Amino acid sequence: MTSVLYDVPGPKARLYSLIGSAAGVLIILGILAIAVTTLAQQGIFDADRWAIFYGPMAPDVWNLIGQGILSTLAAAAVAAVIAFPLGIALCLLRISLIPWIRIPTQVVLEFLRGMPVVLMMLFVLLVFATGQFQAVVVGLTLYNAAIFAEILRAGIQSLPKGQREAGLAIGLRSFQSRMSIEFPQAVRRMLPSLVAQLVVLLKDTSLGYIVGYEELLRKIQIMADFLGPDFLFPAFFVGAAIYILINLTVSRIAIMIERRGSKKAAGGVAPPSLRTGLVVGGNDPVAKDSVEGPNKA
Amino acid sequence: MKSLITRRKSLLVAASAALALSLSACGGSSGTTTPPVASASFEAGTTMEKLNKAGTIKIGTKFDQPLFGQKGLDGKPVGFDVEMGKAIAAKLGIAPDKIEWVETVSQNRESFIEQGRVDLVIATYTINDARKEKVAFAGPYYEAGQALLVNKDDTSITKPEDVAGKKVCSVTGSTPAKTIAEKYGAEVVPAATYTACLEPLRNKQVVAVTTDNVILAGYVDKEPDAFKLASDETFTKEPYGIGLKKDDTVFRAWINDQLEGFAKDDTYKKAWEATAGKVIKTAPELPTINRY
Amino acid sequence: MDAVIASLPEYWDGFLRTLYLSVISGIIALIVGTLLAAMRVSPVAALRGFSMFYVEVARNTPLTIIFFFAAIVLPRLGVKFEQFEVAAIIALSSYTAAFIAEAVRSGVNSVPVGQAEAARSVGMTFTQVLGFIVLPQAVRTVIPPLINILIALVKNSSVAGAFFVLELFGYGRQLSNDYGNQVLWILLGVAFFYLLITVPLGLLAHFVERKVAIAR
Repeated sequence: MTSVLYDVPGPKARLYSLIGSAAGVLIILGILAIAVTTLAQQGIFDADRWAIFYGPMAPDVWNLIGQGILSTLAAAAVAAVIAFPLGIALCLLRISLIPWIRIPTQVVLEFLRGMPVVLMMLFVLLVFATGQFQAVVVGLTLYNAAIFAEILRAGIQSLPKGQREAGLAIGLRSFQSRMSIEFPQAVRRMLPSLVAQLVVLLKDTSLGYIVGYEELLRKIQIMADFLGPDFLFPAFFVGAAIYILINLTVSRIAIMIERRGSKKAAGGVAPPSLRTGLVVGGNDPVAKDSVEGPNKA
Repeated sequence: MKSLITRRKSLLVAASAALALSLSACGGSSGTTTPPVASASFEAGTTMEKLNKAGTIKIGTKFDQPLFGQKGLDGKPVGFDVEMGKAIAAKLGIAPDKIEWVETVSQNRESFIEQGRVDLVIATYTINDARKEKVAFAGPYYEAGQALLVNKDDTSITKPEDVAGKKVCSVTGSTPAKTIAEKYGAEVVPAATYTACLEPLRNKQVVAVTTDNVILAGYVDKEPDAFKLASDETFTKEPYGIGLKKDDTVFRAWINDQLEGFAKDDTYKKAWEATAGKVIKTAPELPTINRY
Repeated sequence: MDAVIASLPEYWDGFLRTLYLSVISGIIALIVGTLLAAMRVSPVAALRGFSMFYVEVARNTPLTIIFFFAAIVLPRLGVKFEQFEVAAIIALSSYTAAFIAEAVRSGVNSVPVGQAEAARSVGMTFTQVLGFIVLPQAVRTVIPPLINILIALVKNSSVAGAFFVLELFGYGRQLSNDYGNQVLWILLGVAFFYLLITVPLGLLAHFVERKVAIAR
């Protein structure tokens, strides 16, 4: 695929580009080599350091890592399941026509969105004296519900005015129009953002490390604490690799859902401005060009 | 080259020691702790009777303090605090596998006791007056003190005054961090765990790590070529107590009696030798119980 | 409540450090992120590949792990810093840059094709098209999401509190240990100082969003 930003490179440009690429690859390889030798000098690649993953301790070690993965996924799943309906509820309150419901909700949403998730977790942990799991889940739930609410609101506001007007015109109540006409479209339209936020939620479970929830990273740390600091690096590298792998998998799934979703959405109401982008094949989860919607009042 | 070899050797030793520790933890529960008292009977209405009837107890401990309360690879905590908990549970007629271990961190110990989420807290829990306003303490069963861990080749630091204006690593929001900053003017570098502190110390980004001497001793033991204690002297006194509900005087007196009993019948000594005693050679005496 | 007032100096110190971390990391991330976005649309395949790889990995790695890498692994590789703030800034800016790159890229995406075609037809080169025509227009669409990313950056700087930097969150933990009986007020105090940065930024984002919408 060609881009309109530049000509199809000719032989000379292709050569330069090739030389440049080769040089770049060499530089990166060089940096990697320095890193690897430095680490090797400290004995990090010694077989006995990695023996924890296949030696006599391996069953215990992998069991621990497995538990870590499970608790990471458990916290993310529970938080996501609660956060979504809560987000819908908050969104409804946020776009309510009654000012003294709408405005307090807005304040609460701003409060939740403006706060570090880890601070919320600590707050729940210390003020309500809950266990670490509850602290992580409540922190993640509150924050993500607020984000979901905002995403859905943006979705509803991006709908053509006529959708709601038509609903009201055929005699639906305001709430009925919201639920049966606007929400389904908003969810579909905002599916990419919603799914992208799920990935963020999954990633944020690692903040549990800081408040002492035994998710993957904490398990790794516990393992390294127990075995001695020399095993910190092997343990960390394996843990980081697993974390990235899980997230990449979920991201991939997210992109797949997104593609399907956008196909379906295309069958529904056309987006306000059908614009052709400069970059081909770009799915833009950050596309926040939600034009302020029709005035409700 | 030579240092590399010794390093690797010490590494193997450390690994095998850790393995031994985990093994002893698995099989050790029967060896180090007295079997539960089958015929224990308590006066009606006391906490002891309640726990005895329930046949289970919830004990809060730390999961990240080497030698005292540290979670092993098998998920069960091991350490001196844990052994104390098992010994007390045994006296209540509760077997070690009926104990529910709850992780308590420094900031939530009082509230966990107040809300009844745990029956006891045995978690390197220093007795002090501020805490006594909210909870009661049995014991002390051990007296630790704050110390400094420095690099092996560092001779410039022998006392806490030597770290004034210098960077010292400790866990965020811990009491040792506060002491070293406020009393000795050190610049505190906060970390999530004490093990995380070892890296900047090794890299000489901080001059020392500070917390209770017994915890630091664990690190010296694991890496004797890298670290040492700045001095054997401690500069605070940290009497560790067993936390329980503030108004439960009967239970507190009963635990105090048990602790004195442990000192007499060698339970105390055995618990020590099975855990912290592997590293800290000077065996402690049970401190004088403070029956307030 | 009195605990909060008694600890105002600590709060202030933490607030300034949070601000410092956010501003420096924000500036670096903006520069690096824009470069990454430019690389992503450039003719050189290697640059495109690198940019894609970097963005993909950085966006899918939890920040805690990046912090761990910057603060604990890097010194082992011989990259040592006198100030731990440097490690925090490296972690925060390398993480945030990936998100900025994505935002800028989708901004570039939002510029109508005709703009680039027109620029190219008057003989502009790739850098000229990007620098004079596309990016200036992209910036307008991109500013609201960029501000949101910067808000996230301010909040993310709290992770530094667990990695050797005593900022707002770190002080929050310390103070909640010092004043065990007033944890609620202590932590609300911390929240207040975060909101002091994030709420104005959020309002700014709303404001700009509205302005851009009108300009369209």
